[in-house]
Amino acid sequence: MQKKEVIAMILAGGQGARLKSLTTNVAKPAVPYGGKYRIIDFTLSNCANSNIDTVGILTQYQPLALNSHVGIGIPWDLDRRHGGVRLLPPYTSAEGGKWYLGTANAIYENLNFIQMYNPEYVLILSGDHIYKMDYAKMLESHKDRGADVTISVINVPMEETSRFGILNTHEDLRIYEFEEKPKHAKSTLASMGVYIFNWSVLKAYLLKDNLDPESEHDFGNNIIPSMLEAGLKLYGYVFDGYWKDVGTIRSFWEGNMDLLDRDNTLDLYDDSWRIYTKNDDLPPQYIGSDARIENCMVNEGCEIHGTLKHSILFTEILVGQDAIVEDSILFPGVKVGAGARVYKAIVTEDYVIEPGEVIGDPDSDEIILIGNPEDTPMFEE
Amino acid sequence: MSKDLMGIINLSENEEKIQDLTFNRPIAAIPFGGRYRVIDFAVSNMVNSGIQRVAIFTRHKFRSLQDHLGPGKYWSLDRKRDGLFMLHPMVDYSSSIRRYGDIENFKDNLGFIRESKQEYVLITRSYMVVNIDFTPALEAHKATGADITMICKHIVDGQNASQYIGLDVLEVDQNMAVKGVGINFGAKEDYCLSLEMYILKKELLIDIITNAYQSGSTDFLKQAVLAQFSRLKVNAFPYTGPAQCINSINNYYKANMDLLNRQTYQSVFTGHGLIYTKIKDEPSTFYSPTSQVTNSIIANGCFIEGTVENSILFRGVHVKKGAVVRNAIIMQDSVIGESAHLNYVIADKNVTVGDRKILMGDGGVPFVIKKEQRVI
Repeated sequence: MQKKEVIAMILAGGQGARLKSLTTNVAKPAVPYGGKYRIIDFTLSNCANSNIDTVGILTQYQPLALNSHVGIGIPWDLDRRHGGVRLLPPYTSAEGGKWYLGTANAIYENLNFIQMYNPEYVLILSGDHIYKMDYAKMLESHKDRGADVTISVINVPMEETSRFGILNTHEDLRIYEFEEKPKHAKSTLASMGVYIFNWSVLKAYLLKDNLDPESEHDFGNNIIPSMLEAGLKLYGYVFDGYWKDVGTIRSFWEGNMDLLDRDNTLDLYDDSWRIYTKNDDLPPQYIGSDARIENCMVNEGCEIHGTLKHSILFTEILVGQDAIVEDSILFPGVKVGAGARVYKAIVTEDYVIEPGEVIGDPDSDEIILIGNPEDTPMFEE
Repeated sequence: MSKDLMGIINLSENEEKIQDLTFNRPIAAIPFGGRYRVIDFAVSNMVNSGIQRVAIFTRHKFRSLQDHLGPGKYWSLDRKRDGLFMLHPMVDYSSSIRRYGDIENFKDNLGFIRESKQEYVLITRSYMVVNIDFTPALEAHKATGADITMICKHIVDGQNASQYIGLDVLEVDQNMAVKGVGINFGAKEDYCLSLEMYILKKELLIDIITNAYQSGSTDFLKQAVLAQFSRLKVNAFPYTGPAQCINSINNYYKANMDLLNRQTYQSVFTGHGLIYTKIKDEPSTFYSPTSQVTNSIIANGCFIEGTVENSILFRGVHVKKGAVVRNAIIMQDSVIGESAHLNYVIADKNVTVGDRKILMGDGGVPFVIKKEQRVI
């Protein structure tokens, strides 16, 4: 097999349990986002736009939607003769079968896949973050410094440091300590879960980690600390763009609403860094004579006769006459009956809101999640 | 499904009255309906009817068409067996006999037609935009034992259908047998419009082309087919959905505006099946807090800050603050400047209209801004 300089491995097996019923049937990376996409599209498009043409996607939790979405990688130009995208689920072997035990174990179980390309560098990514990042620039910095590992970091406010893995560095960004969710952080540089490893180094540590019965087989808790202990060269790489981990219903809603803010730094309309996704090829939007649309993103196949304010609409949504939709996210196929009112809600696929029905409260701060038939409407503080 | 049917789209079409939009493209490649090209309808109809071998006989200016269709991926026509074929006219200076019409291209590609495994051929043009299932027409063709089955539309309000003037009409008897083909002068209230779509056996098509070329008197395939009418059994098969005719600027404008009627929108875009087109990966359309959009068709990737009424916006159009766009068709990636006013305008691709510019056409004579033109 042709040798590749760098290949990417995307960790996409997580449930994202705090997203509640959004992830009952799909893994977090496959949750719809931004009126058109699924969360993993951001990472996959970053790969495509950074000229990375070999990508492994590690799946585990509810992979059906993710598998059908990624397919053979056509939307990201990852349908390649050499390289391209591979979905890598856990598997059984002569020794029996087991699930991926941790992030590092997932990579360990796919040593064969990586070895096929015998890369110089392996880029480890997470499939559940919203950001636009040029990995090629990060790789350049990795090479310039002669690093063994480069970890992408973002400055977070001091009061939020306890939610992140914090990296303590010298002035030249060389890392001397990693603290997972520290109570009293010494630095504000949070790890984004984006790592570049020299493959020979990572391979050795994965083999060693696999034999350690005490290990949780996790990058943050095991691999990185043991590398630091051994005195390897680990550097931080500061990323200063928009980055969001949409881990909860509220942050999911806020992240989506960020896209409606024209001052936000994640510009979906920048055609030099397109976010690609599987496309349904639907008719254009039909906007009726009595429609009012303010500060919204609306996708193909929608038919709008009512009023939309500060909302995001996916495909094939029907909003009836005199209906009002405000501060909401409507997933594909939602129907809003005539005269219905929807406030601060996330409405999932194909849900039908009856004519005149009222969902949510414009004066409340609660976000309502509705659509899954097993849900009573869920509220999030 | 029509697996024993091959599709041929013949792009030898009259561009005389739509020249403003065909400087560097054939009618087939004119953008239509917010995100499509005219040809998408012919190709999607065929694919939705189960046809897996589609040949496009081009005439000229085919670069944009080639770019749009590519290997046929978006229509699922990138296949090992059959798929999409673009058959361009060949220029052979060594031959002393050349016909200037499309019969030349058919003669040159006779081998392609002969080697197809399908027993039947459907021949259409691109300018007639319909959403149709060809399967019932093929079944009727087989059941009636006709030599040729022509798809037609029964027009009952001829006075209000001026867009069909100049097109072919079929003289049909009560058994749906076609007795003759004439030209629509617009005088009749009730007539049978030919959609220039017909089904015949592959062998018969080969015969018609060979005979026409050998006799030396014919330049066009249509002529060749009509010349054989007297000895053939020709039937008509009715189509009842909307048929929009893209052969003049006025008809093009009307066809787009008709889509603002919700019923027409639905039957044209989702009638028998979805219409497929080249994917652009545009984000959703953004409606800013200052936008006012009513009775319009909007494609993805637009950025709307102004007022849009009774209009069609293609993908990636930017309407800036204070701009007013009424009764207009604005094609892909055009930019309408701040406080500009447009009424009855067709803006081709990549047009720039400067701030505070005022451009007015008329309902009968829309004002056309040519591709990449800058009005600043």
